[in-house]
Amino acid sequence: MTIDRPLLRRPAVALSLRYAAAIALTLFFVFPVYWLFIISFKTPEEIFAFPPAWYPKSLQFANYAVLFRDGDAVTVWNSLVLAGASTVIAMVLGTMAAYSLVRFKTGGENLAVWIISQRMMPPIAIVFPIFLAYVWLGKFGGFAWVDSYHGLIVLYTAFSLPYVIWMMRGYIEDIPLELEESALVDGCTRWQVLWRVVFPMARTGLFATSVFTFVFAWNDFLFAFVLTRTEVITYTVQVTHYFGGQSNFWAKIAAMSVLGTVPVFFTVATLQRFLVRGISMGAVKG
Amino acid sequence: MAGMAQTNTIDGASGFAVAPGRAPDRYFKYWLIAPAILLLLAIGLFPLIYSLIVSFQRVTMLDEDYSFAGLVNYAQLFRDARLWQSLLHTAIITAIALPLELILGLLMAQLFLERLPGRQIFVSLLVLPTVISPIVAGATWRLMFDNRYGPINQILGWFAGKPVAALWTVNPDLVYLGIILCEIWQWTPFMFLILLAALSNVDKSLTDAAEIDGAGYWRTFFKIVLPAIWPVMAIAILIRGLDLVRIFDIIWALTMGGPGTMTETISVYTYVQGFQQFETSYTAAMAFLVIVLLTVIVTWAIRRMGLAK
Repeated sequence: MTIDRPLLRRPAVALSLRYAAAIALTLFFVFPVYWLFIISFKTPEEIFAFPPAWYPKSLQFANYAVLFRDGDAVTVWNSLVLAGASTVIAMVLGTMAAYSLVRFKTGGENLAVWIISQRMMPPIAIVFPIFLAYVWLGKFGGFAWVDSYHGLIVLYTAFSLPYVIWMMRGYIEDIPLELEESALVDGCTRWQVLWRVVFPMARTGLFATSVFTFVFAWNDFLFAFVLTRTEVITYTVQVTHYFGGQSNFWAKIAAMSVLGTVPVFFTVATLQRFLVRGISMGAVKG
Repeated sequence: MAGMAQTNTIDGASGFAVAPGRAPDRYFKYWLIAPAILLLLAIGLFPLIYSLIVSFQRVTMLDEDYSFAGLVNYAQLFRDARLWQSLLHTAIITAIALPLELILGLLMAQLFLERLPGRQIFVSLLVLPTVISPIVAGATWRLMFDNRYGPINQILGWFAGKPVAALWTVNPDLVYLGIILCEIWQWTPFMFLILLAALSNVDKSLTDAAEIDGAGYWRTFFKIVLPAIWPVMAIAILIRGLDLVRIFDIIWALTMGGPGTMTETISVYTYVQGFQQFETSYTAAMAFLVIVLLTVIVTWAIRRMGLAK
């Protein structure tokens, strides 16, 4: 029964080789994450051990305690407020716009293309004039825009909108038209149809898209770096505050990074199945 | 109920056209889209016009001189060697990292395409770098690259048989390698995920038929698989290419453009001019150049890759 195949073509050998490759790759991609996490649990002696300590002797949380005691951990809260608020607003406005594009063909294909082209804008070229505009706006009525929640929320919302609209277009197209029509016939206003039929029907899409919108704002550095000073610093900006200082800031860099990374890991892990479609902006529309 | 729906179809009759004569409905589609458009205009168009005006003036953050200076700032752009170097650095990083991410991502996708027990666990772990904030990715590699306490030199030391003390973020010969390594580490999984999805969608009967007809692996790949995954692959290349051209976070975390200005990319240089040198008008002109350059490149790429309809 056994056919004499070349060694590498034998199923068992081939599978073992593939496993070896898979494990090697996984080690390469996971090790830095592992390293970041263990530094956050190391004592200063372990961080500056030579040769390096490959695992911490005991899990100690002193590095985190310092962040909470000094109030640095509040930056994670700022990230949460900014990412959360901008996500909700972008989802509502974006879904409304997508509904208009899909069901009424508002502005035709040109408007849709213009909207997605807004996504191509280089952030550095946008953030500089925005900064100037915010400084200028701040001269009126003692209402600050730089270093404020609303300033960044507006920016994050605008940057997420093209993505939300693009994604939600696909999900809305999948909703059967009859449902909306019968709701209209039953006496719902158009707005009621939107809230009571479209939003609930598109909830899978809303869910998946909002994860990516959230992660985008959560992970942003450049906008927050330019537009915050002291009040609404995000965790990404806080991490860079520890750079260049003394080496004992290593523990803080690691602990702060982990504080900001764990929520994202958790979110993404629970939403694995939406990942691919979201990441490719609906390109992989199976 | 169903009967009613059929007799009373003012709205349903013509697809979903707006019913004539019902005033609140007539503008409904515009009310829906207006907030999004206004916001995009406010954040996209207004700053563009504003910075275009400023770029013709002589404003710095220390001296608000609003007199018009004509094309002085734009003329300056062409004489600014540091600007052209930063564009070159950006091009180098993009030209090396993008093909590597693509090829490595494709190989990984091939590896995980066929049945491999425990595949889901591998994929979940491989995705981790991509969801981390780029600034945190940079910070992580900064810790990894430390010449004495970092694991990279330690591991290299095992292979070299003697202690290695490479200064990854400072040594001019190594700094690009370091940046590109970090970049590839973070974004290859992104390519991998997209290409894995695209490859899974390729019709298996087509590739099987080709193999029965005696086509070799590479021939099958180039004639059947590649054309099938190209639309998705092109978008992945476009997204990653765009991100690479505007790379900022990883550079900022690893080298801040150093040593000297050796790894300064266009985004980093624009930041330095605007927020460290306070050259407002000049930065506005530079921001404009960046927008024009990117628009040209993206338009060309979209045409070239056949993404335009």
